[in-house]
Amino acid sequence: MHTVFALATARGKAGVAIIRVSGPEAAPIGVALCGSLPEPGHHALRVVRDAKNNVLDQALVLFFRDPNSFTGEDVLELHLHGSIAVIRAVEAAISATGLAREAEAGEFTKRALLNDRLDLAQVEGLGDLVEAETEAQRQQAQRVFSGALSKKMGALRDMGIRAAALLTATIDFADEEVPVDVSPEVRELLNGLIADLTAEIEGSRVAERVRDGLEVAILGAPNAGKSTLLNALAGREIAITSDIAGTTRDVIEARLDIGGLAVTFLDTAGLRDSGDTVEKIGISRAIDRAAAADLRVLLKTDDFAVPSALQGKIDLEYGAKGDLTGEGLSGLTGQGLDVLIKDISDILSQRVAQVKTAISARQRGGMQRAVSEFEQALTTLYGSGEVEIAAQHVQDGLHALDSVIGRVDVENILGEIFSRFCIGK
Amino acid sequence: MKHPDFDVVVVGGGHAGVEAADAAHRAGAHTALVTLRAADLGVMSCNPAIGGLGKGHLVREIDALGGIMGRAADASGIQYRLLNRRKGAAVQGPRTQSDRALYAEAIRSHVAASAGLTLIEGEVADLVEHGERICGVVLADGSEINAGAVVLTTGTFLRGIIHIGDRKIEGGRMGDKPAVRLAERMMGMDLPLGRLKTGTPPRIKSASINWDILEEQQADEDPTFFSFLTTEVQARQVACGITHTNTKTHEIIQQNLSRSAMYGGMIEGVGPRYCPSIEDKVVRFSDKDSHQIFLEPEGLTSDLVYPNGISTSLPEDVQHEYVYSIVGLEAAEIQQPGYAIEYDYVDPTCLTAQLELRARKGLYLAGQINGTTGYEEAAAQGLVAGLSAALQVQGRDPITFSRRESYIGVMIDDLITRGVAEPYRMFTSRAEYRLSLRADNADERLTPLALSLGLIGEARKRVFTEKMERLQQGRDLLNSMTATPKEATAVGITVNADGKRRTGMDYLAFPDLDASDLIGIAPELADLDDATARQLKIEATYATYVARQKKDAEALGRDEAKQIPRDFPYGEVIGLSNELRSKLSRVQPSTLGQAGRIDGMTPAALALILTKLRQMDRKSA
Repeated sequence: MHTVFALATARGKAGVAIIRVSGPEAAPIGVALCGSLPEPGHHALRVVRDAKNNVLDQALVLFFRDPNSFTGEDVLELHLHGSIAVIRAVEAAISATGLAREAEAGEFTKRALLNDRLDLAQVEGLGDLVEAETEAQRQQAQRVFSGALSKKMGALRDMGIRAAALLTATIDFADEEVPVDVSPEVRELLNGLIADLTAEIEGSRVAERVRDGLEVAILGAPNAGKSTLLNALAGREIAITSDIAGTTRDVIEARLDIGGLAVTFLDTAGLRDSGDTVEKIGISRAIDRAAAADLRVLLKTDDFAVPSALQGKIDLEYGAKGDLTGEGLSGLTGQGLDVLIKDISDILSQRVAQVKTAISARQRGGMQRAVSEFEQALTTLYGSGEVEIAAQHVQDGLHALDSVIGRVDVENILGEIFSRFCIGK
Repeated sequence: MKHPDFDVVVVGGGHAGVEAADAAHRAGAHTALVTLRAADLGVMSCNPAIGGLGKGHLVREIDALGGIMGRAADASGIQYRLLNRRKGAAVQGPRTQSDRALYAEAIRSHVAASAGLTLIEGEVADLVEHGERICGVVLADGSEINAGAVVLTTGTFLRGIIHIGDRKIEGGRMGDKPAVRLAERMMGMDLPLGRLKTGTPPRIKSASINWDILEEQQADEDPTFFSFLTTEVQARQVACGITHTNTKTHEIIQQNLSRSAMYGGMIEGVGPRYCPSIEDKVVRFSDKDSHQIFLEPEGLTSDLVYPNGISTSLPEDVQHEYVYSIVGLEAAEIQQPGYAIEYDYVDPTCLTAQLELRARKGLYLAGQINGTTGYEEAAAQGLVAGLSAALQVQGRDPITFSRRESYIGVMIDDLITRGVAEPYRMFTSRAEYRLSLRADNADERLTPLALSLGLIGEARKRVFTEKMERLQQGRDLLNSMTATPKEATAVGITVNADGKRRTGMDYLAFPDLDASDLIGIAPELADLDDATARQLKIEATYATYVARQKKDAEALGRDEAKQIPRDFPYGEVIGLSNELRSKLSRVQPSTLGQAGRIDGMTPAALALILTKLRQMDRKSA
């Protein structure tokens, strides 16, 4: 039985977020993340860490021993702080153990039912619940298959079917007139699949950012008016402002609604060579966050040179302290703010439009597993050349892609073979 | 005339029929096999060959369960070739050309030697029905045979029509008269039917072929047998000839397409894509100006050759013309023209996993009537139907062959869950657990089941038990011996110096290592016999994959164990889409696992079905 996990509470900012892990590997996963587990049926406070020992959160941890749990299996519950970033990091850490996969819709319920863990009232209420899940799943699938993504997914599907078909042809039709060595073409197809999927995985992170919030970093020399601008945008005093250069040391965030999109503005330490240790840390943090942000806005002053790490990455730039120069932006007077907001809104909307769908974590998980299987198929083809083992990896890879490209059936593969090769000696 | 009563009556003496009768008989049922002519038992009506990829696996499984086909194939094998010899064991398929006469003789003598298996010559004209239960057959002479269960293996007899160009002949096989009354009875049962077609090439006289100028394909030097009991070749090995069609051949076919039954619109049935007629090949692959033809001898004493690759429904004169255009066949004498046959089949989604009609208790269907093609597929179904019929009559628990354990299980599950769109043939790619379901371990997988059901005799039991003992000893030895990379290097094994201590089985998993390479570490390995060493090498090669697949399969196992009753009210399940509801109602899956394999099924829908099951359990409790 596979171990599965899922966020049991609604995704988004909340007081508490609960991730539930169910299956035989629940305990090993708990130990991997939390060091040790409380007694079954008890709770304990634990620090949650990833494989590199980074602290992700402090969580209330509950452990239930088979059969005394919601699903009737070993169940681990992590009650985390309800932050999107924390949830994402913990999900990734569970995935990275390789012991569990993301649960499919209805899967916890199904396990609970199989193990007789729901009472009559619950059972009777389930019809509607699962119906809702099904409907949500159907709509999600429909979104995925409408528009640009469907085209891309269709192409991936064709490549996967072709690669599987070529391998299958040499296995199942060995006494027919089919090519003896298909590995060059299969390798090409698999490399293409891996490249496309990797790009898609990267792209899906953008999609997730659209859902969870985009980041806009405000950059500039010390005392260019970045904190004043942030306060003006937020309409309240979030950042301390003063005439003293280097007032802002850490990254300060303000979450705003820009044209219907959730946007987090980041006020960063002014960028300059500094001897002050604390300011230095602030500056390096500013550069890191700015590099990772979706958009970088520069408040330009004459004496300012863009640090090398950010060169070519400035999306928008405006003159600083417009109240003094008469041009550009001023947080103090509000000059140019409308232009700034319009510019940001335009760019981000355009990017959002390109991301036609929000690929779910489950779909991304499928893509990642597929990439790993396709890579193993390649290793086999280059190495021992055992075609039946390479075929197995391709098959498992396609299976992992089920939730993204739809199920690839043996009939699809046979169909490709029969249309391409004249089988029937 | 009054016939005695039987437990099981099998109708039809083809590959499905004899295997069904034999299985029922071995299961201890009092069995009768009714066939038109006793002389026709075990006739190969298509090409004279047994086995191949997927098909060879099926024959091995039939043999592992004590069936006939493997031994008959070995008794008649005149050109053994192990397909995919250079690939891994999981995808190797034993195949042989068979001498038709020797094959049929092997089947006939096996049936004759089965004391208590009654052979009745006659035409079954009708079924005896009590309520919704079938309990016997009526012969054309009016006599009745009562039986606890009936297995129908009547091939292409339902509205079978043979086409040779624009000539139409009613009948299920060349020379056989159609079984009209029984067909009418079946048609009256209101079963879902579909229409399929298949074809054969013209048969050519061997002496008229110019063999001297043709390329030859030889038999394997060390043949791989079908039966686990066979130890040596039983018939002289011969070569096949190879020739090709050419542009002239294709021109003739192009010019006469409208006279082909298939292309002239005379046939409505769907043909198999993997066995196209020569007309199909020329039209669909018009960029190819040559297609391979294997000239397969029909036997050591036969003067006929089966030209594999040019099946056709063109008129006789065109067949002559295009055959003459082929190198080596310039003076070919055609003994029997090629023909296409179309026929009705029963949509197998109306069958249970035991191949019993859901709508008629006691009536089992096996073979081509279920939409399959091939001797091996037919025989495997026959075995399942015959065995299941016997178990039912004896009041024993039914057996379900699982996809995880056998190709037989894959085929039956495919048939009853998904139905067929073209004549169904086995391929290794249909088995998701291909690396576990190998021809080499069919006995390990299935013989224990046959033993527990009492299907096999002492001789086979002894061979099997001794083999398993040797394997276990070897396995224990390899698992208990260990060596560090340093120790391995000392005896000439190249391995990464990672300091990891490995077992003998771990080392055996390296592609270029054999058990004999490990003798330096464990001298006892020198005592391993070749067959055991070979088998353990195969086991080690796939060990990691098999373990992984086993885990996957276990996850599915729970779903397979969850039974869905026959009358499950899909209409009452809130939240199921109409599409799924109608598919489920048609297929009537017997387990949650089977439901999960229906096209378009989701975990959420399965949860809904489970919910309903829970509610029903509570109401009945």
